[in-house]
Amino acid sequence: MRALSKILTRTCLAAAVLTLAAPNALRAADIKIGEINSYSGLPAFTEPYRKGWQLAVEEINANGGINGNKLVVISKDDAGKPGEAVTAANELVSREGVVMLTGAFFSHIGLALSDFAAQKKVFYLAGEPLTDAMVWAKGNRYTFRLRPSNYMQAAMLAEEAAKLPAKRWATIAPNYEYGQSAIAVFKELLSKKRPDIEWVGEQWPPMGKIDAGAVVEAIAATNPDAIVNVEFGPDLVKLVREGNTRGLFKGKTVVSFLTGEPEYLDPLKSETPEGWLTTGYPWYSLDTPAHAKFLKAYQAKYDDYPRLGSVVGYTLMYSVAAVLKKSEKTDADSLIEAAEGLKVDTVFGPITFREIDHQSTLGAFVGKTAVKDGKGVMVDTSYRDGANYLPSDAEVKTMRPQN
Amino acid sequence: MPIFLGPQSIVTPMQLVFVQFMTGLASAASLFLVASGLSIIFGVTRIVNFAHGAFYMLGAYVAYTLTEQLSGAIGFWFALLAAAVIVAALGCLLEMVLLRRIYHAPELFQLLATFGVTLMVEDLVLLIWGPEDLVGPRAPGMSGAVVMFGKYIPTYDLFLIALGPIVLVALWLLFHRTRWGVLVRAATHDRGMVAALGINQKWLFTGVFALGVFLAAIGGALQIPRDAVNHSMDLSIIVEAFVVVVIGGLGSTTGAFLAAILVSELNAFGILVFPKISLVLVFLVMAVVLVVRPWGFFGKPQPPQATAVGNTVRPWRPLNRTELTIAGGVVLVIALLPFVLGNYALTIGSEILIFTLFAASLHLLMTVGGLASFGHAAYFGLGAYGAAFAATAFGMPMVVAILAGPVLAAFGAAIVGWFAVSLSGVYFAMLTLAFAQIVWSIAFQWVDVTGGDNGILGIWPDAFASSPSGFFWMTLAFAVPALALLQMVIFSPFGFALRATRDSELRSESIGIDRKRTQWVAFVVAGAVAGLGGALFAFLKGSVFPDFMSISVSIDGLVMVLLGGIETVLGPIVGAIVFKALSIWLISQTDYSKLVLGLAIIAMVVAFPKGIVGTLADWRAKFDARRARKLAGGVATAAVAATVLGGVVGTATGTLTDAAATDTSHRNVAHRNASHQEIDR
Repeated sequence: MRALSKILTRTCLAAAVLTLAAPNALRAADIKIGEINSYSGLPAFTEPYRKGWQLAVEEINANGGINGNKLVVISKDDAGKPGEAVTAANELVSREGVVMLTGAFFSHIGLALSDFAAQKKVFYLAGEPLTDAMVWAKGNRYTFRLRPSNYMQAAMLAEEAAKLPAKRWATIAPNYEYGQSAIAVFKELLSKKRPDIEWVGEQWPPMGKIDAGAVVEAIAATNPDAIVNVEFGPDLVKLVREGNTRGLFKGKTVVSFLTGEPEYLDPLKSETPEGWLTTGYPWYSLDTPAHAKFLKAYQAKYDDYPRLGSVVGYTLMYSVAAVLKKSEKTDADSLIEAAEGLKVDTVFGPITFREIDHQSTLGAFVGKTAVKDGKGVMVDTSYRDGANYLPSDAEVKTMRPQN
Repeated sequence: MPIFLGPQSIVTPMQLVFVQFMTGLASAASLFLVASGLSIIFGVTRIVNFAHGAFYMLGAYVAYTLTEQLSGAIGFWFALLAAAVIVAALGCLLEMVLLRRIYHAPELFQLLATFGVTLMVEDLVLLIWGPEDLVGPRAPGMSGAVVMFGKYIPTYDLFLIALGPIVLVALWLLFHRTRWGVLVRAATHDRGMVAALGINQKWLFTGVFALGVFLAAIGGALQIPRDAVNHSMDLSIIVEAFVVVVIGGLGSTTGAFLAAILVSELNAFGILVFPKISLVLVFLVMAVVLVVRPWGFFGKPQPPQATAVGNTVRPWRPLNRTELTIAGGVVLVIALLPFVLGNYALTIGSEILIFTLFAASLHLLMTVGGLASFGHAAYFGLGAYGAAFAATAFGMPMVVAILAGPVLAAFGAAIVGWFAVSLSGVYFAMLTLAFAQIVWSIAFQWVDVTGGDNGILGIWPDAFASSPSGFFWMTLAFAVPALALLQMVIFSPFGFALRATRDSELRSESIGIDRKRTQWVAFVVAGAVAGLGGALFAFLKGSVFPDFMSISVSIDGLVMVLLGGIETVLGPIVGAIVFKALSIWLISQTDYSKLVLGLAIIAMVVAFPKGIVGTLADWRAKFDARRARKLAGGVATAAVAATVLGGVVGTATGTLTDAAATDTSHRNVAHRNASHQEIDR
């Protein structure tokens, strides 16, 4: 019965979405911002994300908006394709007249939008994309990024991994830029701290198409003490299942990117492997007042618990509001000036948008996976402030185009 | 209860070979189930069932829901079977309600309908089951592993390894020992003859379709204990299933079985040496197999025959003077749009113009040449990369860079075309797909040069074209001559030679046309025009990504051509405009764009069974015929009417039709001969 009503609700929702509501007449004082994400391409992440930012917009407007003006978000789907994302950005900028762009999940889409922003001189705040290129090698004046980057997460994990006795390491990562650069950074940082370790094997299954049994056996054949994993989503499930059945993880240290995020941990349920060192978001064990307030509001509104995406969406919109509140005007140059060095209080604590590379210092939680009541959880967690896991300013300057 | 015996000890080479071999066999079993269903459906109904992956996914989702409700060993296995039966019933319904209406449409048109279904299923799954990955239970009694030669082999793998051959034998018995199976085989061989013997083909087709869908669904359901049920399962399996079917030989279940084993084993062992090989392996295998053995392991060489895609009864003719004037007027109106439309609409307009180039170039191959390419996006993408390299690495000005695009695309097309024109039909389609995927994986993998999946950024137009209206005019200035060129090619002696090779390989060769050379040139021309589209697209978007040459772009191209009408000359342009405008608008308006787009495609398939332009041309011809009958009456009119209704068309009627339907000022001998052949069939 509940399932049926769920289906009905969803159908009604869809019908509501399909019935294209006539655009509400905007008040002169409305501040419009454009938001783009892979809503149809990657709903498992983007739905909680959308709930997060919608909650934030509601709260912001209930508390006086942007210096008395209403914050209006116009949201578009990019269907998971960079070409469509640029089309949507065009629509938002040239037809809707938004004052800034936000969003994106995939790294390549984020890069396409950041390049668009630089070309059209539009302020762009990226939420989720992790690639280091976004703020460094391909960084530009118009682009800011919220989430801790690939480098920062790798640095957090490498710091812990260096304390472990393991000497023979093998890697498993999806064969695309994210997986490649995660492994590259992790290897570099760990080898620097621990010159005695050896890299004995690597596997690069294509994303979404892992042949998990074969990958597990190929890794086992290299006889590692420790494994670094960057797989996530359905590939992670397959890898864990085959690895558990074939005894790959027994007696080995496993360091795993992102696995502690509810998006990826929850599907594993009782099959969650225990003792993996990972980054993530333990919403169930955070007791800071800021988080408690967010959790309460989120659960009251949606009758569901937040995922990491919810926090990203929520924090993204509060960051947007902070930029707009600080900036007197809404042209790109004023927004950039306001955002550089801007401090924002988030659910995870205070963050700064660095002047040097426009990366925020939002951090992540590092902990270990465990099973509790048939569900996967993170235990022994601690928050790592992103500010402590970034390379020196001199290094950043050599990586980022300076003009 | 899982059995864990503690950490694994050091693996000997023999153990590794054994364990990888077993893993390969288990993967092969799941692949075989899906591929066999696809092969059976294609063998009998000739439908390229793009929705096969969607049924696979539905099988997994329904099975997940049922296993959540039913517990215990009996409950679990019953749930899997019941899921497959339910999905097969849905397949039956689809066949009866939709496909039966369009069996008589041109070949490949059914692909369009099943593509629409796939789009809809993707969004329906999301609506019904939600966005999250679902992890079902493990198979009762098979959750652990057995120790063989000191290695753990999952019990469930052993079950799958046994299941593959069992299904193969069961299918063999079904097709060789039952009356129904004999009829199905007869229909695979000669559908017309089976119908003539009084067998009700309708139910035969429905039955075969249901069986194929059942196999796909059970394949999906069996993934529950090892996979996460997710909404991208359909696309991850469909292409691989096609590859396996083609390597094995169309319609051969034994071939599919062996091909599945070959592909899976090569992958299991390949990753030991080349850990990144999985990305491209199946396509490499398919390319090699098709080049060496063009009809797969167990397929039969296709006899030279008139299996053209374009099966028109209405002869083509170039635009007459009035129509040319109208076309010129339309171009003029389009050129004036920047004074009326806003920036966003103009950007969309440029994108649509670019895709008319893409669709029209594919149309040259598909309709004029009878060669349906499933990998046309490769040349679009090569064009984009060519322009990007020229602009970023060599710092060329925009217009030169745009011309560099088609050069690189033509170069790629020349190489691929050289291999591909040896093949025809679905084998040609799949070889082009294989090469497209190889090109895609090079763009994806060669990070130092192509930037990998992060692409090449910063390819923005020069100042004169940087405004939306400037870019629109520039695109128009490239697109109109290119489209006109394609029209001229179609009605040039070369175009007639190309149509001759399409209509009858033997006859065209007997009159001295070099079939391979003609088709190869067409392939290169089509590649170059697609490349021009890609080069413009690169500057429109400001960046280039491997996505530009992904399978989905190739499929979009096919959909545009089919939607416009495969038997028409102007179809691809209309198809591209309708499809691109609709999809951009829907993506902007709703998160469920795939659901609406799928519905729209299905509605158009039913409403316009010959494509939009094809159906409009039918209406116009009917109207003309009625008017002609009123005016004159007599033999000529009867002939026109007969042609229009697709009745018995003989040589004499053909000539008359030709005379009636063609503007005499544009007619020449070659044209009459070619039209003649079309009608002759």
